[in-house]
Amino acid sequence: MLSRVADSVYWMNRQIERAENVARAVETTLDLALDGTISPGRLWNALVCTFGDEADFWARFGLADQANVISFLAFDQTNPNSIASCLQAARENARTVRDMISTPMWEEINKAHLYVRSAAAANAEIDHPREFLDEMKRASQLITGVADATMSHGEAWHFARMGRLIERADKTSRVVDVEHYFQPAAVRIAPPASGTAAAAAVLEVGTDAVQWSAVLESASALEMYRKAYGAVTRRNVAEFLIFDRFFPRAMHFCLIKAEESLLAITGGSKGAYSNPAEQRLGRLRSQLDYGAIDEILGDTSGLHGFIDSFQAGLNRASDAIYDTFFALRPVGSAAEAAG
Amino acid sequence: MDLQAYQTEGFHDELFDASLGPRPGAELLVSRLAASCDGELAERQRAADKMLLTMGITFNVYGHEAGTEKIWPFDIVPRVIDAGEWSVIERGLKQRIHALNLFIDDVYNQRRIVADGVVPDWLVDSGKCFRGPCAGLKPPRGVWCHITGTDLVRGGDGVMYVLEDNLRTPSGVSYVLENREVMKRTFPQLFAGQRISPVENYPEKLLAMLEYIAPPQARDPTVVVLTPGIYNSAYFEHSFLARQMGVELVQGSDLVVQGDVVFMRTTHGLERVDVIYRRIDDDFLDPLAFRDDSLVGVPGLMRAYRAGNVALVNAPGTGIADDKAVYAYVPQIIRYYLGEDAIIPNVPTYVCGEPAQCDHVLSKLHEFVVKPANESGGYGIVLGPRATKEQLEDCRARIKANPRNYIAQPMLSLSRVPTVVGDSLEGRHVDLRPFILYGEEIFVLPGGLTRVALVKGSLVVNSSQGGGSKDTWVVHERRR
Repeated sequence: MLSRVADSVYWMNRQIERAENVARAVETTLDLALDGTISPGRLWNALVCTFGDEADFWARFGLADQANVISFLAFDQTNPNSIASCLQAARENARTVRDMISTPMWEEINKAHLYVRSAAAANAEIDHPREFLDEMKRASQLITGVADATMSHGEAWHFARMGRLIERADKTSRVVDVEHYFQPAAVRIAPPASGTAAAAAVLEVGTDAVQWSAVLESASALEMYRKAYGAVTRRNVAEFLIFDRFFPRAMHFCLIKAEESLLAITGGSKGAYSNPAEQRLGRLRSQLDYGAIDEILGDTSGLHGFIDSFQAGLNRASDAIYDTFFALRPVGSAAEAAG
Repeated sequence: MDLQAYQTEGFHDELFDASLGPRPGAELLVSRLAASCDGELAERQRAADKMLLTMGITFNVYGHEAGTEKIWPFDIVPRVIDAGEWSVIERGLKQRIHALNLFIDDVYNQRRIVADGVVPDWLVDSGKCFRGPCAGLKPPRGVWCHITGTDLVRGGDGVMYVLEDNLRTPSGVSYVLENREVMKRTFPQLFAGQRISPVENYPEKLLAMLEYIAPPQARDPTVVVLTPGIYNSAYFEHSFLARQMGVELVQGSDLVVQGDVVFMRTTHGLERVDVIYRRIDDDFLDPLAFRDDSLVGVPGLMRAYRAGNVALVNAPGTGIADDKAVYAYVPQIIRYYLGEDAIIPNVPTYVCGEPAQCDHVLSKLHEFVVKPANESGGYGIVLGPRATKEQLEDCRARIKANPRNYIAQPMLSLSRVPTVVGDSLEGRHVDLRPFILYGEEIFVLPGGLTRVALVKGSLVVNSSQGGGSKDTWVVHERRR
């Protein structure tokens, strides 16, 4: 298929998945705010940090409260990662690949975009965001379902699935890392030495069962987790969301399936590589194949350090996918140079 | 609903005759409309509008924000053409396209028609769409104008005229297909018991034509649709046609020419392209051959074309027959090449490039519709009887500065079709754009796109200026 089209299909799905994950994270924060263990200010602040747009947010808002953060993350057209921007971009991408995707799939994307646009215009959702967030999650899942059921599972579908799963792996990793952002800024920058009173206090926040239940909820993972582990503990939740091979929002699952799609596209096979995309994605997947949660938690860099390096690895894989498939490689003819 | 209140107001109506009886072919439709209950029409119209929004059937309007996307306005009352009348129109269109193709081939090769004094040489050579670099070219299978959208109008006298020939990149056929689909889904009972010519096979006909005109060496030709991109006003149609035919929709940057062969860049490397249905004007096709500032074209494309390695649809240079000053000579062109009279007449046209005709136009400017010879989309047209004094003077100055670029026609009283306004029907002016494919034979899609001026009294049917469209039915007599 055309490189440009593959690029658009891939990003179309990443953007839809991103919108869904923003909606999930906002929902979880609303729950935690009701719960009251952690102050709302810290919660909303953590949400902004989790999605990595801190500087952008503080440049425009003086306070991280519910109204500001929701308007920034859900409806702000100038925030490229807001739900509204993601849906706008996804629809624009869907339009450019309109000939590659099925009509039912296009119609669902178009409907979702129209819904977000009218919600953004009405602006009433900021105070009562639940219905909107639910609708957003439903729309994203509907689009996935319709794509699975109406699109040939060929190259375009694999590019789309790869985009969705890479995005999801990234977002799940951020959710797992959220305890880091619940800490006061000072602790985040200079972690106290272990064994001190300060470190004990930090840990207390981090082991709170309510908070880890909320993390599971945000990934719709609570039931599946309980079947596997029962009681909610920090160690087990982290293990489940990072290493589970069967839960569809777990990082490991996402990489296994993303790699399957990559290999379906290239015709390659697991355990060897013939291009940088296969190499980097394969390496990252095998780290999860052979990793262990107790090693991570026992390491000096801890969970946050592990997640950080995972995200960096995922970015490198994503860059490699771009270079391997999407970059319009110069052909070097005279005509090309003139263009 | 009560149709007694409907008025033709002295215009030719496509559904009703002067005494408000249904015209041939429209009997069943009119009785079904009359039998609809109060509020139903408005309800169906709302359902159709909602469907168009969900389906994302849109067009882009220039001049506002970059590429503002608008929903395609659609009216649910169809326009009906009796099959008997349609067969005459069909013959007339085939005749016209046949002659125009011979004309284009002639002016780029032997130029017999110019030598014989039927069409003046200055007219051809000064044509904005005449392409010197195309001289001597012989496109595959001898076809230049593969796809044409001829605009027809019916005057107050009930006669169908050709208003203009669109031979460059005519758009609208996707709306013909979508209109039919929306109509079937929102108002199915109107179809029951009718024999209406289907339009759904257009994509197959189009693909068959594109494969037929491929360079002879291409065994299993690869066809693509070339679009300027999503901000083009007709992008919806470009993607629609590619999708319906199951071929790639490409942009200029997806194509590359190596060794005079065209390739597209895919995730598995370069793949050869044999036929390009291009929806980009000649000027922007190849920066090395035409405008060097084109960003949407493909450098080297014309060389590949000239080398016979790729077919372009329509052929570059075809636009000369799209020139409105050349249009005035089409009846003579038909007689010259085919020895026949034109089956569908032209609207009487004055060519301002001819001094005597120009003087006549300038002396009665307020009576004429003045059109630039090479614009499309209805841009630059001045309606004399409705223009202000300033507009007329401005128009006069522009004609004097460049008479070659203008033609004038009498103001026509376009026919009307009942159109939904609230929950009742009012007459609105329409035109008709049938689509013609020229491949192994000439194929005319039954009906075509009926465009309607939705604003009361308006004659402007262009979608960019408040126009909408209707489903168009070629209705056959029922089997008994």
